[in-house]
Amino acid sequence: MKKKSKSVVSYNKWGYIFLIPFVVVFIVFQLIPLISTVYYSFFTYYEDGLDVIGPKPNGINNYIALFSAKKEGEMNFMIGLKNTMIMWILGFIPQIILSLLFAAWFSDPSLRLKGQRFFKTVIYLPNLIMASAFSMLFFTLFSTVGPVNDILKSLGIIKESYDFMAHTGSVRGLVAFMNCLMWFGNTTILLLAGMMGIDPALFEAAEVDGATARQVFWRITMPILKPILIYVVITSLIGGLQMFDVPQILTNTKGSPNNTATTLIMFLNRHLYSKNYGMGGALSVILFFITAILSLVVFKFSGNSDKYGKK
Amino acid sequence: MQVNMVQEKQIGGVKARRTFSYVILTLTSIFCLIWFYILLINSTRSHGELTKGFTPIPSIHLFENLNNAFHSTQPILRGMLNSVIVAVCTAALSVYFSAMTAYAIHAYEFKLKKAIFTTILAIMMIPTQVTALGFLRLIDKMGMKNSFLPLIIPGIAAPIVFFYMKQYMESTLPMELLEAARIDGAGEIRIFNTIVMPLMVPAMAVQAIFSFVASWNNYFIPALVLEKEKKTLPILIAELRGADFLKFDMGVVYATISFSIFPVIVMYLILSKYIVGGLAAGSVKG
Amino acid sequence: MKKRLLALSMAAIMTVGSLTACGGETPAAPAENQESTESTTSTSTTEAEPTKAPELDTTVEATDISEEVEGKVLNIYCWNEEFKSRLTDHYPGYEVVDATTGKIGDITVQWNITPSDDNAYQNNLDDTLKKQDGAADDEKIDLFLVEADYALKYVDTPYTLPVTDLGIDLSELSNQYKYTQDVMTSSDGTLKGVSWQGCPGVLIYNREAAKEVLGSDDPADVQAAVKDWDTYKATAADMKAKGYYMTATVNDTYRTFSNNVSVPWVSADKKVQVDDNIKKWVDDSKEMYDAGQIKSTENLWGEAWNTGFYPDGKVFCYFGPAWLINFCMAADVEGSIANLGGWGATEGPQGFFWGGTWICAAAGTDNKATVADIMRKLTVDKDIMVDIVKADDDFVNNQPAMEELAASDYTSAVFGGQNPLGMFAAGAKNIALDKISAYDQGCNEEFQNAMKDYFDGNSDYDTALNKFYDAITTKYPALSY
Repeated sequence: MKKKSKSVVSYNKWGYIFLIPFVVVFIVFQLIPLISTVYYSFFTYYEDGLDVIGPKPNGINNYIALFSAKKEGEMNFMIGLKNTMIMWILGFIPQIILSLLFAAWFSDPSLRLKGQRFFKTVIYLPNLIMASAFSMLFFTLFSTVGPVNDILKSLGIIKESYDFMAHTGSVRGLVAFMNCLMWFGNTTILLLAGMMGIDPALFEAAEVDGATARQVFWRITMPILKPILIYVVITSLIGGLQMFDVPQILTNTKGSPNNTATTLIMFLNRHLYSKNYGMGGALSVILFFITAILSLVVFKFSGNSDKYGKK
Repeated sequence: MQVNMVQEKQIGGVKARRTFSYVILTLTSIFCLIWFYILLINSTRSHGELTKGFTPIPSIHLFENLNNAFHSTQPILRGMLNSVIVAVCTAALSVYFSAMTAYAIHAYEFKLKKAIFTTILAIMMIPTQVTALGFLRLIDKMGMKNSFLPLIIPGIAAPIVFFYMKQYMESTLPMELLEAARIDGAGEIRIFNTIVMPLMVPAMAVQAIFSFVASWNNYFIPALVLEKEKKTLPILIAELRGADFLKFDMGVVYATISFSIFPVIVMYLILSKYIVGGLAAGSVKG
Repeated sequence: MKKRLLALSMAAIMTVGSLTACGGETPAAPAENQESTESTTSTSTTEAEPTKAPELDTTVEATDISEEVEGKVLNIYCWNEEFKSRLTDHYPGYEVVDATTGKIGDITVQWNITPSDDNAYQNNLDDTLKKQDGAADDEKIDLFLVEADYALKYVDTPYTLPVTDLGIDLSELSNQYKYTQDVMTSSDGTLKGVSWQGCPGVLIYNREAAKEVLGSDDPADVQAAVKDWDTYKATAADMKAKGYYMTATVNDTYRTFSNNVSVPWVSADKKVQVDDNIKKWVDDSKEMYDAGQIKSTENLWGEAWNTGFYPDGKVFCYFGPAWLINFCMAADVEGSIANLGGWGATEGPQGFFWGGTWICAAAGTDNKATVADIMRKLTVDKDIMVDIVKADDDFVNNQPAMEELAASDYTSAVFGGQNPLGMFAAGAKNIALDKISAYDQGCNEEFQNAMKDYFDGNSDYDTALNKFYDAITTKYPALSY
């Protein structure tokens, strides 16, 4: 790849040609709407009943309002960010461990797992249920009079019903568990698809050389999987920052208790109730920058940052 | 000595590891499947029975619930057709054009390449709901409201699918293959369609499933764009749940959810062959 | 990927028409009233002054509309099937064409049903109303429905027509319950909509529990034990001693308090205020929940709320109108209290109402005569209204008719043979609904949400109150506190 032959250069106009569909669609359906979002984040602009208030320029007041330290019990951007990150990490750690473990097992020729096809198929299934339906089920199952409490009581683990929805730990735990369950299959499939690109001869050679399963995993599988892994971490991070429907429905829009399960997008959603383009826009702009920074950090730590930078 | 010990450990270890992985895989599978069981059970119960609380034993109201769902004023079958049209088209466009975009970035060197790549990554980070505001205004002006087009066409610019394709190409698509094809005198479009695409089958199958499922379950934008006979299944389910107190029937809601999940499972099982079976795996590394 | 899956209640937030103002256009209001929406901030001064209830100006004369030509399409906007089935079953000459269309004479009735979940109905309605001026005659909304919690949002706007503009004389409506008209009376005293139903609530009690704890299940005896809130609380303690919960959730009693306030949620200058009676709900509920007399802090319609429909749930009472029992309380399930006819009804500590739908005519309609006739047939015509009671167990908005039925031999099976109509009729007469604001839906929801943390012991009252103020000003940026 380092030595480009001259003939390649003349083909390079095709790079632009192949980009045309993407760029056109992107400009029409995403860039124009995006610009209006940024623009209106500097305005007072919302609806009051059937009246429209604004747009009236108000400088960076929307941004200040988002961060202002407030009285106890009130919501602001930092609380939302903290909640979101905690729930994402709680869900992502078991998710990536499970996925790597499964991917390693499935790809390990010495293990010779039977029924691989079945397991590989089954793990993605939870993702097929609509998040809203899934949250509805959980809400029912973990209610104070639901089957989970019944089982725990009959096993003698607890005496009184435990209100899962009234405790910070259990709500965050349930959200994380659901996200993990819904997405680990997706991650495993991504990793597996990446592994198909690995020449089986590599594994055979490693086996012949007497490498342990651990060595094969860390020395062969992981390095080849790296681009896909970066993809997984970044998309999961972005998905995590945009976490919405599971906590929204599980906590009945409340983010309870005490807004400890209110994610950034739930916060955004509240501002958008009155079509508050000013506050909603400002929140989105900050969210965008935070996502960008975090993604950059991931790129940097994964040593991938100069791939496109220095050529 | 050292080597022997390692080998012995390995032989004994494989059995233990195999058992361990079977246990974990089985437990996980149960966790993955139990929700479908609960949904099915709930679909067989009447609204009144559902208010009694959960039981693991099926009841007898499945056909009654389905019948109610089909004969309600919500056009469930039409909704399913709409969902199929939107999801299939979106998945197809999204996979094909994302591969094309990824190929443009991966295989060619040009001035704006870095800028465009960075921009696309940045787009990935924008929350959907924010651009949706302007998006809806736009399609209204373009006269595309209550049409499938504004749901399908944006699939062409799907940054997340593109990013995956790009990453996948990086690990599996050798430039040497392309140069060889060029020497044979193949045109660029032909190279893409006949050489690159087949190599991308596993990645495309994966993303086709994801796009299909995402589009199938998408409620947010479709609910704002589609009306009347154009409504897709998630909109109809939400409407069932929003029905008035007198007609609100959770049994029908669950039956409709089960019914609407079914095609996605079929679609998934068809496509999963490509992934799980690893059809194209061998030809990737040249 | 998750990005694209973002889903459900996001529909609440935006719709196309709401963005018309982005391009610098003023939102299109019906032309004759353009000035009131032109300058948006000044409209607050023309809003209802909720502290002084608007009085219906009965001197307004009905307009003569007999000369006007009727349009070919009648567009109806609503959020569920209820009104459609009333029209289908009881309006003479209505023919069903298919699920979303019908015919009255040679006029096509076009139903546009959007569920009210996540504000979707109001968003859709608002968009269309704002475009009403530029729309073709057959596209314009002719008739739409509203609920009490947000009725004022439409009543004090030029988007709704006074019923007198439809040729209806106010004297024709004299049999309706007063509260149903209070809700729809604008600040300048015009009536903007009518309802065919009344939704007075009663205390619905478990007869078994009443016999066991109070020694009698006779409505009069039970009423003595719940006649005011102090007695009610004392009874709750007795119930607890015998293993019964007074109510299933803290929110069961909410409407009896929120319907009996002395100040509305939002004052004329758009300040949010918590009425003393609402505070009393918080104090009473907290006390009773901590004492174990209330089962749960969960929302209505939830799992815990449902358990009391069965004898094992050990719940003494529910608060609700007639429609609650028939369907919601699992009357069709064997073993439920309703199925066994085990409920009784009594007035309870305070009167209240729950639910109800009002018919409004949209400004710009080209079907005034038809809209007026629908209003007359469903909300005035006594024979039709009595039919509705008999066929659908609804409580209709016709005082003499309901009093007649109350005195008849009508009995209710779920109430163990009791005729509760007299109680409902008495309740309906006493409902006062002048302390409402356009923001009640949000205030009620957010207040209950915020207080849940207080009831659960996760925060003190002041923190919970801060949370409420914060949430309500986020939801309605026009408000302050």
